[in-house]
Amino acid sequence: MRGLLCSSAIFAAALSAAVGNAKPLSYELPEETATLRPGPDSETAQSNCMSCHSVDYINTQPPRRGKEFWEGEVKKMIKSYHTPISDADAKTIADYLARTY
Amino acid sequence: MNRRSLLEGLGSALTGAALANFASPFGARAQGVTTLPFANGERPLVRYPGKRPLIQLTARPPQLETPFSVFNEGVITPNDAFFVRYHLSDIPLSIDPEAFRLEVKGKVERPLSLSLTDLKTGFEPVEFTAVHQCTGNSRGFVEPRVAGGQLGHGAMGNARWRGVPLKTVLDRAGVQAGSRQVTFNGLDKPAMPETPDFVKALDLDHARDGGVMIAYAMNGEDLPWLNGYPLRLVVPGYYGTYWVKHLNEIAVIDRVFDGYWMASAYRMPDNDCACTEPGQKAAATVPVRRFNVRSFITNLTDGARVKARAPTLVRGIAFDGGYGINDVLLSQDGGRNWTETHLGADLGRYSFREWRTEARLPAGTHELKVRAINRIGQSQPMTPLWNPPGYMRNVVETVRVYAV
Repeated sequence: MRGLLCSSAIFAAALSAAVGNAKPLSYELPEETATLRPGPDSETAQSNCMSCHSVDYINTQPPRRGKEFWEGEVKKMIKSYHTPISDADAKTIADYLARTY
Repeated sequence: MNRRSLLEGLGSALTGAALANFASPFGARAQGVTTLPFANGERPLVRYPGKRPLIQLTARPPQLETPFSVFNEGVITPNDAFFVRYHLSDIPLSIDPEAFRLEVKGKVERPLSLSLTDLKTGFEPVEFTAVHQCTGNSRGFVEPRVAGGQLGHGAMGNARWRGVPLKTVLDRAGVQAGSRQVTFNGLDKPAMPETPDFVKALDLDHARDGGVMIAYAMNGEDLPWLNGYPLRLVVPGYYGTYWVKHLNEIAVIDRVFDGYWMASAYRMPDNDCACTEPGQKAAATVPVRRFNVRSFITNLTDGARVKARAPTLVRGIAFDGGYGINDVLLSQDGGRNWTETHLGADLGRYSFREWRTEARLPAGTHELKVRAINRIGQSQPMTPLWNPPGYMRNVVETVRVYAV
């Protein structure tokens, strides 16, 4: 009797696996924790940059690369990735990054 | 079975997260901090579902690097330690394996819409071991430094891939005469629609060479989520940029694909060294192709202390773009003299090849250098080559040890 119960339970489990309950699988990402270095105009960078990516993209770049480096990065986001950043914000962000990183 | 292992992975990850709930500058999920040996190299170690704590480069989208010590555990990189690299932040977080379809379309006689069951039961499976490596692996060591993902050496791994030859699928669809390339797209999408979707292309001859695989399994399990579940392209010997994850769309086209990720990104200087003078732009560029030759010492870290005049095991890994490793040489004196090492088991021409040797070092400081040579005579430069995007670094690596 117990054996029967047991094997029918196994059969039911096997059946549901074979038919598939068609549930989507899901994946949960850990929380995003990186923040920009504080400084004047960090909010402008925060609001624009974070719409597409976490700011560890910025935090991990090589240090003290200067204005040309950061202007190039902001330009890449606008020209290559078509991020809608105003000219004024682009300058503010590049200045903040060059000053702070 | 596979579903269960995924759930178990989730379970152990949750336990890990609970254990790691201590204060950290990088947040509650950080399992500690590691420092890569270049300026601004501090990184959190973060545990993602199905992964052991890995070096987190970025969170959104996730970019995770394999701690280098993993490469000393064996020539196969475990799934839970395998590196992760995404480009676009809208990555799939829910996938229904029953509803999932791989579309094969474009210039084909019979467009296909293949389920995972179709792929696993309707085609003869193939399996091989191959290295997967990010084009920008080791970029953090590039001098002068360049923008981009500041990686140590951990954006590489070696796995046993199982799947279906791309050629067989293309043959079933029937490629139309006059076709030139095949494009590959996955479920990941940009954060905003104006950003170019991550689509890659291979020439038709390459796509039909029989080696390129549509993989559904890695090291005997379903692909890990962050490594492209449920399907990814495996392009053995070629840089990881072509190994499209969450692959759901293959299109045959009659032109050369001009999307951003082929026409502007992942391009190298069009010359023999794939290099320019440091700081200089390339006159002309072409899409990156095969891996160059690389080799690493894995059992001794820089600054290690060893016993003077006693036998010291030195071992590591070597690989190339698919010709196969012929020789791995070790220098114990900063590159003046070189001796052959013993190669380990041959897992195929696309795999990591283990090498080992024994050194007897007199007291003092020694520069150990390792250099591999492949079957067509290609090797590694003694001084680093430079290019603007910081791609394809393969300089002879040096480990300094102190014999006492």
